[in-house]
Order: sequence, then C-alpha cells, then structure tokens
Amino acid sequence: MVDVPRGPMPPQIIPDTVPPDYLPPPAEVKDVELYHAHSWITKYVFCQDAKIIALQYAGTALAIGFVALVLSWLMRLQLGFPGVFAFIDVNAYYQFITMHGMVMVIYLITAIFLGGFGNYLIPLMLGARDMAFPYLNMLSYWVYFLAVLVLVSSFFAPGGPTGAGWTLYPPQAILSGTPGGQEWGILLMLISLILFVAGFTMGGLNYVVTVLQGRTRGMTLMRMPLTVWGIFTATVMALLAFPALFVACVMMLFDRLLGTSFFMPGLVEMGQHLKYGGGSPILFQHLFWFFGHPEVYIVALPAFGIVSDLISTHARKNIFGYRMMVWAIIAIGALSFVVWAHHMYVSGMNPAFGFFFAVTTLIIAIPTAIKVYNWVLTLWRGNIHLTIPMLFALGFIVTFVNGGLTGLFLGNVVVDVPLSDTMFVVAHFHMVMGVAPILVIFGAIYHWYPKITGRMMNEAMGQTHFWVTFVGAYLIFFPMHYLGLLGVPRRYYEMGETAFVPPSAHTLNEFITIVALIVGAAQILFVFNLIWSLRNGREAGSNPWHATTLEWQTPETPPGHGNWGKELPVVYRWAYDYSVPGAAEDFIPQNQPPQRAATQASLQPAPGE
Amino acid sequence: MAGILIFLAIVTVIVGWYLSRQRLLSKPWLEVGVIDEAYGAGGQPRRHPLDRPARLGLGLFLAVAGSLFTLLISAYLMRRQFPDWQAPPVSSLLWFNTGLLAASSLVLHVTQRLAGRGRWDDAKLGLFMAAALALLFLLGQMLVWRQMTAAGYLAAGNPGNAFLYLIIGLHGLHLGGGMVALGRNALRLWHVEDARRDRVFAGLQLCAVYWHFLLVVWLIMLALLAQWVDDVVAFCGQFLS
Repeated sequence: MVDVPRGPMPPQIIPDTVPPDYLPPPAEVKDVELYHAHSWITKYVFCQDAKIIALQYAGTALAIGFVALVLSWLMRLQLGFPGVFAFIDVNAYYQFITMHGMVMVIYLITAIFLGGFGNYLIPLMLGARDMAFPYLNMLSYWVYFLAVLVLVSSFFAPGGPTGAGWTLYPPQAILSGTPGGQEWGILLMLISLILFVAGFTMGGLNYVVTVLQGRTRGMTLMRMPLTVWGIFTATVMALLAFPALFVACVMMLFDRLLGTSFFMPGLVEMGQHLKYGGGSPILFQHLFWFFGHPEVYIVALPAFGIVSDLISTHARKNIFGYRMMVWAIIAIGALSFVVWAHHMYVSGMNPAFGFFFAVTTLIIAIPTAIKVYNWVLTLWRGNIHLTIPMLFALGFIVTFVNGGLTGLFLGNVVVDVPLSDTMFVVAHFHMVMGVAPILVIFGAIYHWYPKITGRMMNEAMGQTHFWVTFVGAYLIFFPMHYLGLLGVPRRYYEMGETAFVPPSAHTLNEFITIVALIVGAAQILFVFNLIWSLRNGREAGSNPWHATTLEWQTPETPPGHGNWGKELPVVYRWAYDYSVPGAAEDFIPQNQPPQRAATQASLQPAPGE
Repeated sequence: MAGILIFLAIVTVIVGWYLSRQRLLSKPWLEVGVIDEAYGAGGQPRRHPLDRPARLGLGLFLAVAGSLFTLLISAYLMRRQFPDWQAPPVSSLLWFNTGLLAASSLVLHVTQRLAGRGRWDDAKLGLFMAAALALLFLLGQMLVWRQMTAAGYLAAGNPGNAFLYLIIGLHGLHLGGGMVALGRNALRLWHVEDARRDRVFAGLQLCAVYWHFLLVVWLIMLALLAQWVDDVVAFCGQFLS
C-alpha cells in the first residue's frame, strides 16, 4: 500500500512577493491515460469523450423535449377549444398529460442539466482531461438513449402510452380504466424509468468522482465556479433520491405483472372483485415523492449555479457572497430530502405530518431567498451587458421568484387544501420548475455555444426567441393562477357547464392556448438558429464573453481531445475576478499567475493618480 | 420512512465530515496563488493509491445501493403494518445460502490479502473458490424461490411473500453485477504481468469490499425476513409513539 498522508493539509498560498521568475511546476507530470478514438464510430457514436457525450445527451434531450412540447400544444388545443379536435379524446388527453410531464421533468430537464451541461462543463471548468470513468460515461448515455427509445415506443404500442399522470399514482395507474393501465403503456413507462435510473447512476458516479478527484492543481472546492457546485450537489442528491423511483417502479411492475398487492387496495372494477387487496397507495406516494421533491431541486440547483455564472460574467462583477451561495446550495440539497410529504397534504396521510412538512418547506425558502438576494446584489452597480444569456438569466430570477412565492402559499397546509388539484398548482410548478430552469437552459446554450462550436449564435434571432418566450410564458401562466383561484380543476378533460366557472374563464383558456402555440413556434426559431449559426455565425474566438473560468482558456476552440494540450492549467484564483481594481482588463482568468496580473496592474495608473 | 431518514442522517454526517475538511469557511476572493492540495509540505507530489477514483466510485455506488436497500426496508416496514400481512416461513435453505455467501466473502478477503503478498497462484485458487461459492449462493437463492412457489407461497398470495421474492431478486442482481466485475478481475489475474500487479490487487480489494457490503445487506434482509426485527421495531416503536 502506498502511504497516504492523513488529515487536512494546510493550504500553501504563494505570497504576493514571489520572485519574478517563479513559475510553479506544471499541474501534471505524467501523461494521463485517455482513450483515443480510432474510427468514426468510436469518435462520434460510441464515444468516450465527455464533450461528445454531452452533445449526445443534450441532442437527445432536446429532441424528446420537442415531442413533449407538441404534446402540450395538443393539450392546450383541447382546453382552449374543447371538442373541436376529434382525435383528442379523453384517453388521448391523459396520455398527452402524462408523457408531457414525465418527458419534460426527467428526460429533458434532468438529462440536459446533468448529462448535457454536467458532461461538458465539469471536466472543462475543473481543468480535467475527461471524466474519471469515460467508458462508464459512454454506457450512461446509451442506457439513457435506450430509456428514451422504450418511452417513445409506448406511443406505438397497443393501447398507446400510459395516461396515469406523471406521478403514476396507483391504483389507477394499472387499472383498465386508465389508458395503458392494462396494456403496454404503463409497463414501458416503468421499464424506461428503471433504465433511466440505471443510466443516470453510471453518469452520476462519474460527475461526483471527477469533481472530487479530477480537479487540476490549485482548483480547491471553494474555487469551483458555482455551476459546478450546482451540478455536483444535484448529482449527489439524484444518486440518493433516484433509488426511491427505482424501488417504486419495480414494486409497481410486480403489482402489474405478478398480481402482488404492494400498492393495490381491494377493488371492484366493472362489478368484478379484483385479485388485489390490502395494499397501500400512500406507500407509493411516499416513495414517489421521496424522489419527486428532491427532483425539483435536482433541476433547480444546476440552474442556480449556471445563472450565478451568467450573471457574474455578463454584469462584469464578482458574485456577491460566494461562500453564502455555496452554503445555500448545500443547505437546499440537504433540506430537500425532508419536505417530500408537502405533496401529500390531501392524500390522507397522518395529519400531524402536515405540520412538520409545512415547517421544513418554509425553512427551505431561507437559503433560496439568500440566493435570490445575492443575484440581485451581484447586479447592483454592475456593468450589465444585456446579452442574450444575460436576458435569459434575468428572466430566470423574476420567474423563479414568482414561482417560489406561490410555492410559499402552497407549502401551507390550510392554503394548499383548497388550491390543491386546481390550475393554481399547475401554474406554480410550471413557473418554478418548468419555465425558470428552461430559461436557464436557453441562456446557458447561448452562453456556451461559442465554446462548443467556435461561433456566436445570431443575435436578432436570439432576441426574438427570448422576448417571445419570456413574455409568452407569463401570458400563459399568469392567467392560469387566476383560473386556479376561480377553482378550475387541473387534469380535467373538459369543464362542461360548471356553475362556478364563469364564461370568461373559457375565453381566457382560448387566449392561453393561442399564446402557447406562438411560444412553442418560437422554439423552432431557436433550433433554426442553432443550426444556422453553425455555419453562418460570427467567429467567436476563444473567449468572446471575457470570462474567467477555465473552459474559456482552452488552447483550442472548440476544445480538442484531452481539452488542454500538453499541460493542464494551474489555478491561481477564484472564478469571479471581474472588474478587479487596477487590473489590466476587467477580468482575470483563473489560470493567470499572480505576478502577471500584478505586473500588468503596475503598468496601469491607479485610480485617482 | 424512518429507515431511510436514519440512512440519510448517516450520509449527511459523512458528507458533513468531508466538507468540514474542505475549507468551506475560507474567503477565496482574498486568496491568490496556488493552493496546493495535491502537493505535500516538501513540494513533493502527494502520492495516492492508484485506484483512488475507483475506490471513491465504489464508495458512492455503495451509498446508492445502500439507499436502494434502505428504501426497500422502509417500504417493507410500512407495508407490514397492514392487517393482511402474513410472513412466509423462512426456508432452512436460506441459512445454508447465507453460509455460502459468508464463506465467499471470507475467501475473497483472504484472496486479496494473498494477492497483496504476491502469492498469485494461491490468489487464483482463492478467486476461483470465491466465485464458485457466490454462484452456488445465487443458485441456492433460486432454489428458495422454487421451493416457495412449490409450497404455494406465490408472490400474488401475500405481500410478505412478494417482498421475499423481491428482496432475494434485487440482492441477487447486485451480486450478479459483482460477478461481472469479479470476472474482469479474474481475466486480469490470469494474464497478470509484473507491471500491472498492483492494479489487479486493487481490483480484488474493491471486489472484496463489495462482497462484504452485500453480505451485510443480506444479513439485515434475512433478519427482516426471519422477523427478528419485529422485536427491535416494536421496542423502538414504544419510544416513537
């Protein structure tokens, strides 16, 4: 065994008075073992390079996300113009709802944040050549891809996809009254989720090990960009939470295929006593929400991290309260595991639990509010550049505050009980975990596209895309809160002649549908911009945003195999040295040695001289 | 869900301990220069075991698998409170299988120690024995399934039976995955060159750790199935209620 020194090492900080010729030794002495691709297949298909895997993840996630977008159109068509479209019958409506929700939450947002941005940014931002286990990383993508294929195949299976709602609550999920319940739909959904969890676990182990052990010299945890902190914490949470989904899916498969009664109570269906009996649907809800609530933060934390970096870079100002931001990320991650039953206030669980879970839910607002204040304080007196990534980041802050505030309403048991199962809840979670993270995803794509492709995305198309999406999202979801307060229930195929719903609610529904169609169509412009700019975008250079983090300091753009040429970068400073007084430029890259910055600073007259 | 909360509390303590050594209270905006974690006091690179990422990877995977089995236990404890619960009899074959798994774990432990001392021929024999014992264990578990089915304890009959099938199945799948890793190490062991020996040794060490983990998980599951836990749970329940 090799002897490993124990205990925390005192940091060795080079004093400011280093001799002028001092350069620390390179970060890496021997060459790392990297897998070198030999053929087109191993380079682009079964690829072990995290950057390609990231693009594969993001491409697949966006593609399936567009399917979910079209499903939301179809749902809105039914809600806005009930009965006009004959092919949207009750079953189809529930199938659209289910697939839209599941795809958006898991197969798009989770996959693109962790699999897409995680794979691309973790090695580059930390100065690593690749992930810790590249082969496992490749496997992770292909298992995810298989999960998506299984999910898509359910559209073509007999009986179509499941219509159980994205929460798949038993007993209805596996009964014949629910689309796909006694056919293929629910089976394929459960198998797909099990595959997703397996694939994610492979990727997740990679992200965590790389963050903990793949960092280059000088890159301490407290010098990591907040993007990496967000993705890292979310991954740890996902590794612990996804097993709950796994267990719930396996047990439901048993119930559906073997006739066990884990979750299934005694039932009479069509006058027939079913073979089930004694099971507990609430047990499923506990397992599901033990995964489901951390899942909200699994998509929120990477968004928090990315948005912090976007705001700091595009406001040319160091992030306000970096330490507090890190602590808040960790605190949110920990707290999110003890709030799950706030989704179950009306489920019939022990009412005493409601008090506990309402308290934890409200406590989690504290670290979240700290983050919001810090973003705003970062903007305060910053040199704000209203670039497209910045627009999306600002849009995120507003949207997240909106969605978060309605979350405070719903976190209280007494307010939740009347609002539960109304459109208010739909509006709340779409704002907070639909629109908000997706704005960040767009902002991040506009921000890192120049690094990935070497070209800028088209500005005019980007502006149009932002304004239509941002304003449109508000036109869709603000009125939806109002509908919820009126008492319009969610999940209903059509309202019919309901006494408490005024005719104006129907007009509002038509309006929402029309806006939803427009916002959806604006996303086609985004895809066109992605493709168009590949050839026609302006040349970006290596660091178009003048950012400090390591991914912008690669010797090549787009970064080559192994990321860093011959030697790994050495990190001398934190990630937010923007507008440092006396510095030559308004940013100092993380890998710029102190004496160079000092020399350049000495050439500049100090302010006031 | 008390089980999983206790598990999470343990994970939180470990994560908290790790983070407490990461200078979370430092002020990174004031620190310019190289903060050297990879280099020791004398400027020499700090040496780490070759398989450091693999070790951490395994540790994390054990946490994931631990979470999975703890959730299963939580579900078991919740479901058994319902009146229709009937625990199936514990087949004596399960005890024999437990012995096989314990022996496999022990032999693998000895094997990695032999490999560490460079006794490669003995290590090969040990690895063969450990794999054979583990295979016998898996075979034995399948026999338990068949015994249960033959005796009329079907999965659909009672949730108690269903949990038994589920627990044996999930645990067996994990051991099956371990067998794949063990197979890879066996291939390496048989084609071992001098330069790669410490890598084989490291692989065997990790396999042994995984085997011990699965043994502990199995013992806990067996305690559940054999209803020893009933007394413990009832005892703890007094304090909670």
